Amino acid sequence: MEPLDLDISEGELELPSEPMMLNMGPSHPAMHGTIRIVVELSGELITKADVQIGYLHRGFEKMCERGTWTQVFPYVDRCNYVSPMLNNVGFALAVEKMMGVTVPERCQYYRVVLGELARICDHMICNGAMCMELGAFTPFLYHARARDIIWDIFEEETGARVTHSFGRVGGMAAPPTQYFKEMIRAGLPRVQKFLSDSERLLVKNRIFLDRLEGVGRISKEDALALGWTGPTLRSTGAAYDVRRAHPYLVYDRMEFDVPVGTTGDNYDRFMCRMEEIRQSMRIIDQALEQMPDEGPINIDDPRIMLPPKGEVYTTIEATIQHFKIVMEGIKVPAGECYSYTEGGNGELGFYMVSDGSGTPYRLRIRPPCFAVTQGLEQMITGLMIPDVVPTFGSLNMIGGECDH
Amino acid sequence: MAKAPAPNPWTKPRGEAIKLKVIPRPQRTAEVQSYVPAFLKGMSITMRHFFKNTKEMVLGQKPDPVLEGLEEGITTINYPEEKRPYPERFRGLHRLTLRQDDSPRCVACLCCSTACPAQCIHIVAAEYPEGDTRRGYERYPSSFVIDELRCIFCGFCVEACPCDAIRMDTGMHATAYDSREQFIYKRELLMSFTGRDGSRETANPRHEPGDETHPGVTREHMEH
Ligand code: SF4
Ligand code: SF4
Repeated sequence: MEPLDLDISEGELELPSEPMMLNMGPSHPAMHGTIRIVVELSGELITKADVQIGYLHRGFEKMCERGTWTQVFPYVDRCNYVSPMLNNVGFALAVEKMMGVTVPERCQYYRVVLGELARICDHMICNGAMCMELGAFTPFLYHARARDIIWDIFEEETGARVTHSFGRVGGMAAPPTQYFKEMIRAGLPRVQKFLSDSERLLVKNRIFLDRLEGVGRISKEDALALGWTGPTLRSTGAAYDVRRAHPYLVYDRMEFDVPVGTTGDNYDRFMCRMEEIRQSMRIIDQALEQMPDEGPINIDDPRIMLPPKGEVYTTIEATIQHFKIVMEGIKVPAGECYSYTEGGNGELGFYMVSDGSGTPYRLRIRPPCFAVTQGLEQMITGLMIPDVVPTFGSLNMIGGECDH
Repeated sequence: MAKAPAPNPWTKPRGEAIKLKVIPRPQRTAEVQSYVPAFLKGMSITMRHFFKNTKEMVLGQKPDPVLEGLEEGITTINYPEEKRPYPERFRGLHRLTLRQDDSPRCVACLCCSTACPAQCIHIVAAEYPEGDTRRGYERYPSSFVIDELRCIFCGFCVEACPCDAIRMDTGMHATAYDSREQFIYKRELLMSFTGRDGSRETANPRHEPGDETHPGVTREHMEH
């Protein structure tokens, strides 16, 4: 028998030299929201990245075409499931814009307060999850505990913790509860306390700073070219906030700052969200102060709103009205419109076409995450594998929204 | 002359200049770079919570998770030994409300099943048998089925009912079963639930046949 190793030259022993391909996701603990990133590695360095979305595609736009305008609310709830109330408000405003109606003042304040509470939840979970993926579990638990306080308020107001389905065209499903203002005034300081605890754990910590500072940078021009909006865009220095640039509801009466970053790295995105939570609290304080305690919540238009229950039970006119709206849906005049609000991650737009019937003819959502996720590829190319996690986390990609 | 843009009540003109708040860059002082002070400070925060929670647990001074849920300390609810009361607006499992003679209030108008975005309500409407005084006056659901597995608990059915015949105020959340069949709630089961206060009353003040207060059906076409 011949010895095996005698005449094998060095050249034949060479290891394969093609770069290594690695799959991250779609089921990866750090890829929240199911996304797949195929990275080409040279050592630990990423030389090429391919971001693949679509694992949570549910045919949202097509589904909306089969029900009435009101029946879209449960679907928008599930688009950005971290801040469903902002979607509810955004969609309600879109349909109202199309019909040319505005809700009463009290309802506008109500929507602002609920929306800002949802924004706080959204930013807290994004920042918390980002820390957790970096190994700092405690801040995440503090944030989750703080979010629980807000969810309790939501449950009290809307009847459900996450999937509220609370918005209605022309108002809200129910007026604020009796203790609405007290509840928020008692809860928010506590939320604030959890936040400052977690912030003190993080922002002076060198390990945390090293992982964030200067990592995942993007320039203002690139971010704008990619169509970024929201906190991720503001972290690059562009001060575009729909609430300020095109105020809707009563945001023009509120006093708040728009936090902007300077470098557009992970640190700026993290701190931008932290600051926005504080600004949201300011808005809530002012809105609660200005919000009237009495007054209608829903617009007074029998073509849009269901008649009051008491009349439906007892009078024939209201019963017929009720049947017309339930069976045929709200008639939205034929036409098209684009309406945009500031969602949790940026500009949340709805483009809709109506043919005058009670059913949307076409509905297109402009999810903020979709544009933001586009930038991931160019941000992580050239970084190391461990940098993917905080960079992706700081974008706050929400699968349900990104994949429509 | 350019036409003035029509006032748009949805997006209002920006009143004041945008106030910016520039995020400062992190200070890499010696304190931060040496890591130790931040580490100690962080530990002191977590340890403060740890000792406080341990002390309260040992001494039995834990804050009540329901009444003092906003207090510092452990406010976890030990479900199912401890339960949190559900808020008044909580949307739980459905129930069908009854008339005084225990027949369902529902008149099988199909409003709820039309409004349901998940299409999980199935109703078979039936006429009362020949000779019944209610025949020709109203119909009743001979079968009323809700698939609680498909239901998304949106509450649209309750909003759509013109008789207050369906409600979600049982205060029960969706239960866990081991087979799909058990999630299909039939008419009798739905009728057996009561509201959270144990009542079967409704807010519908109309006197229906079957209520003691109903004056009786006196229509000529009754006996067809
Ligand atoms: S709660 Fe919503 S999904 Fe469930 S039965 Fe009622 S309408 Fe249908
Ligand atoms: S429960 Fe109400 S809405 Fe549904 S069929 Fe009966 S009466 Fe109509």
